[in-house]
Amino acid sequence: MTYLANNAQSIPTGFRKILFLNWPLVLLMTSVASVGFLMLYSVAGGSFSPWVEPQFKRFLLGLGVMLFVAMIPIWFWRNVSAVAYLVSFGLLLAVEFFGSVGMGAQRWIDLGFMRLQPSELMKITLVMLLAAYYDWLPPEKTSRPFWVVLPVLMILIPTALVLKQPDLGTSILLMAAGGGVMFLAGVHWAYFAAVIASGVGLVAAVFQSRGTEWQLLKNYQYRRIDTFLDPSQDPLGAGYHITQSKIALGSGGWSGRGFMQGTQSRLNFLPEKHTDFIFTTLAEEFGFIGGLSLLSIYMLVIIFAIAAAIATKDRFSALVTMGIALTFFLFFAVNMSMVMGLMPVVGVPLPMVSYGGSVMLVLMGAFGLIQSANIHRPR
Amino acid sequence: MKRTPRDQEHSHRVLSRRALLLGGLQLGFAGGLAARMRFLQVDQADEFRLLAEENRVNFELLPPARGRIFDRNGTVIAKNSPSYRIVIVPENTPDIDAAITKLRQLVEISDEEIKEALEDIEAGRRYHRITLADQVTWEDIARVAANAPALSGISPEVGLTRVYPQNADFAHVVGYVGPVSDYDLSKMDDPDPILLTPRFQFGKVGFESKLEERLRGKAGTKRVEVNAGGRVMRELGRREGEAGRDMQLTLDANLQSYAQTRLGNESASAVVIDCETGDLRAICSSPSFDPNLFVRGISGKNYRDLTSNIYRPLANKSVQGVYPPGSTFKMVVALAALEEGIVGTEDTVWCPGHLEVSGRRFHCWKRAGHGHVNLNGSLKGSCDVYYYDLAIKVGIEKISAMARRLGLGVRHDLPMSAVASGLAPDKDWKFKVHGQDWLVGDTVNSSIGQGYMLASPMQLAVMTARLATGRAVEPRLLKSIDGIDQPSGAGESMGLNENNLRFVRKGMYSVSNERRGTAYRNRIVADGLRMAGKTGTSQVRNITAAERAAGVIRNEDLPWERRDHALFVSFAPYDNPKYAISVVVEHGGGGSTAAAPIARDILLQALYDGPPPLTAYPKRDRPRIKALQERLKREQEQAHKPSVKDQA
Repeated sequence: MTYLANNAQSIPTGFRKILFLNWPLVLLMTSVASVGFLMLYSVAGGSFSPWVEPQFKRFLLGLGVMLFVAMIPIWFWRNVSAVAYLVSFGLLLAVEFFGSVGMGAQRWIDLGFMRLQPSELMKITLVMLLAAYYDWLPPEKTSRPFWVVLPVLMILIPTALVLKQPDLGTSILLMAAGGGVMFLAGVHWAYFAAVIASGVGLVAAVFQSRGTEWQLLKNYQYRRIDTFLDPSQDPLGAGYHITQSKIALGSGGWSGRGFMQGTQSRLNFLPEKHTDFIFTTLAEEFGFIGGLSLLSIYMLVIIFAIAAAIATKDRFSALVTMGIALTFFLFFAVNMSMVMGLMPVVGVPLPMVSYGGSVMLVLMGAFGLIQSANIHRPR
Repeated sequence: MKRTPRDQEHSHRVLSRRALLLGGLQLGFAGGLAARMRFLQVDQADEFRLLAEENRVNFELLPPARGRIFDRNGTVIAKNSPSYRIVIVPENTPDIDAAITKLRQLVEISDEEIKEALEDIEAGRRYHRITLADQVTWEDIARVAANAPALSGISPEVGLTRVYPQNADFAHVVGYVGPVSDYDLSKMDDPDPILLTPRFQFGKVGFESKLEERLRGKAGTKRVEVNAGGRVMRELGRREGEAGRDMQLTLDANLQSYAQTRLGNESASAVVIDCETGDLRAICSSPSFDPNLFVRGISGKNYRDLTSNIYRPLANKSVQGVYPPGSTFKMVVALAALEEGIVGTEDTVWCPGHLEVSGRRFHCWKRAGHGHVNLNGSLKGSCDVYYYDLAIKVGIEKISAMARRLGLGVRHDLPMSAVASGLAPDKDWKFKVHGQDWLVGDTVNSSIGQGYMLASPMQLAVMTARLATGRAVEPRLLKSIDGIDQPSGAGESMGLNENNLRFVRKGMYSVSNERRGTAYRNRIVADGLRMAGKTGTSQVRNITAAERAAGVIRNEDLPWERRDHALFVSFAPYDNPKYAISVVVEHGGGGSTAAAPIARDILLQALYDGPPPLTAYPKRDRPRIKALQERLKREQEQAHKPSVKDQA
């Protein structure tokens, strides 16, 4: 039995649980989603269709999912972690065989009412599994090689599947989030130093392999890297995204052009203006102030999550909370870096803002886990 | 498995420490993002804003309405009419080939047009309007509109096109417009951007070309917001252009039409000038052509017909054709001699039919000779020997100087294409161009307007007007621009002795009013409208000794291109000169038979400002003239039937 089970008496029950929700996080998530509604309204040219309406419905559904997950005791989630991981792994395998091919990548399963991206689900279940693993593992074994290899496999097997789809963005997120949880759990520094060193080696290998038979990435992925390194090479072709995105962003200036006054995104200079590149619309219309505000809200989410993680004595709760916060962070950090030309275009949405069902539902569910940890924290 | 509290304490401390560390890293990264954002949005904002403007704003040119051209009475010579065309926007057409096939079932479109359009589609952006068929009829437009659902992406459009309602009458003077070609652009240093518009109409020849910039006006611009595909989203603002200037010519459309018809199918030209003001009343060259054909883009066959015609219909013979002036030059020699005091009006010369000059025999046109000839008789009978003798006395320098004073051998700056300067040769000129000394024989040849002497019909008309008035009359074609009158060409007195001028005019009067005058048969009998003129017959070949020995060959027996040019210059009324005219009929034979009748008819038409009464003609001519007038009237009407389907 864990520490938590021993202190179950102090945990709220029934509807009192609602009082113990982490309300600041709920409000922050709602405000991020609202920014999304605003921007989707703007890129649609001042219309609720085609994006705001479904996005709002999904947000409401997401809130329901979050509450539902939050109401269920965190130890239940810990106990089903392995199952959840296996289910999402199975789904990931399924898209290999039944998935629709969209945007050049096999990424989702059509459930009829929505398209499920198992890779999104995997981001959360991987964090859950790792948290449960380290909760179960005696701390003194944490840094032993065998017990390090196990979680590394847990991370790398789904990552390999996702990379095969191919979805470079999600694979980066999976590895970074998984590595993050391992780091939090107390795995020895030396391992991370080794991974970073071999990572550099891998990057070198990736570039070396280009054009050879054992080429590690697809050609379009190489092109993305090329144009990231020098967007001016091909301003109307592969560099188009980055160049146009920087123009839109830069033209926003200090305070922006004003709501609905953005020209670049609404005139279709920007591709994916309602999904991956929605931040440029915000930055163009609300300028530096607008962009910084959204970044601040995001960082507040992270800060509150870390505070909640530190506040709990339960290892699983803390690891899951931190892991999800890290995943969330990785989403917006990678997306913003991408649109600001700091990273190649890898196809990571801006969490809660970009139009898209899977990410929002999965993230809301994940924050349900944070809430559940918060509610079921022994006091 | 039960853990000790110490264990838990320890692992929790590690977790918290690492959580804070990771949180710190995240904050640091976020700080980096904020700094990057600041760099892009604040430090580099201006640069990106500029790029954004370029991204979204396009300038569209608003083609200006081309200036219209009127005759002196306000009759339209060139105007703009709505023209209908059919355009395609490839982006909106799912299946271009199918749409075009369907369209061709409704509207007749040539393979060439389709080929051109397909090339445009291939090359151009898919959001541009590309012309499929130009100058279609309203019926075609209606058919396209009715079938709109089956022709997605294809739509009718209205534009302006140039129309010349007078058809062939002004073709040489006004010229025509046509689509700007790459060749046209290559000749310009800095072409107006509007010229780059596909199928923009631009003055190609004649007045249209010479005054192109003022006729064209200035293009306006429209700032439009476009999306990444170049499709117009909305208009941001516009700067209106400047319409082209309306031009009024000094020409008289009625007279022009009459004269053009009167010249008929001869290869001929006529120029009528107002002696008082220098206004050109008619500038004709025949055969003519329909400038409307060129506006639409002339077919290869029609064009070949025009270029291969030996009568050169495309040439504006009245200003670009130069001819030896022949006997019409005799006034110049006479006046030069009178001004120099070399000859008295009653001094006579014996004409035996030829003159020996440095061992060479120069013939008079009249083989039998004129006998004793004085100045008046020399003009009236057009005695060559008299002028051989006179010219040798005066010298070529004086003669050519007088020719230039009278407007020959100098270029009159008129807004028409290829205005020729003709030639009044002198010793310097011959040495410079031919590297030879001037011979006395050259002077003899020049004295009767042969040899090197060359003049255009325009110059001959100016010469006649100057002789008639004593003023340096300058020809004027452009009467007003946008209602603002241009300077008159009346000119100042040339400072010639009025008595001398009067003698010359009297000689010209005798030509066409006295028995044995070379143009006596072509006199005007109406009181107060008497015409004074001079015939000219200029050789286009040398008569060889063998030919001469074989006897004079009659002109009519020669092939057309070797016959003499027929010339006639005159002015009327004799007492109070109003109009001067020159007529040149290429290879027409004698000036008195081929050119003078035409000149008289046109001059009378001008003097009466319409058909003259038959009483103006000598009695015996009247039945013939009556028939002629009726025939010309029919032909004039025929010539003005609209050649282009004019939808205005």
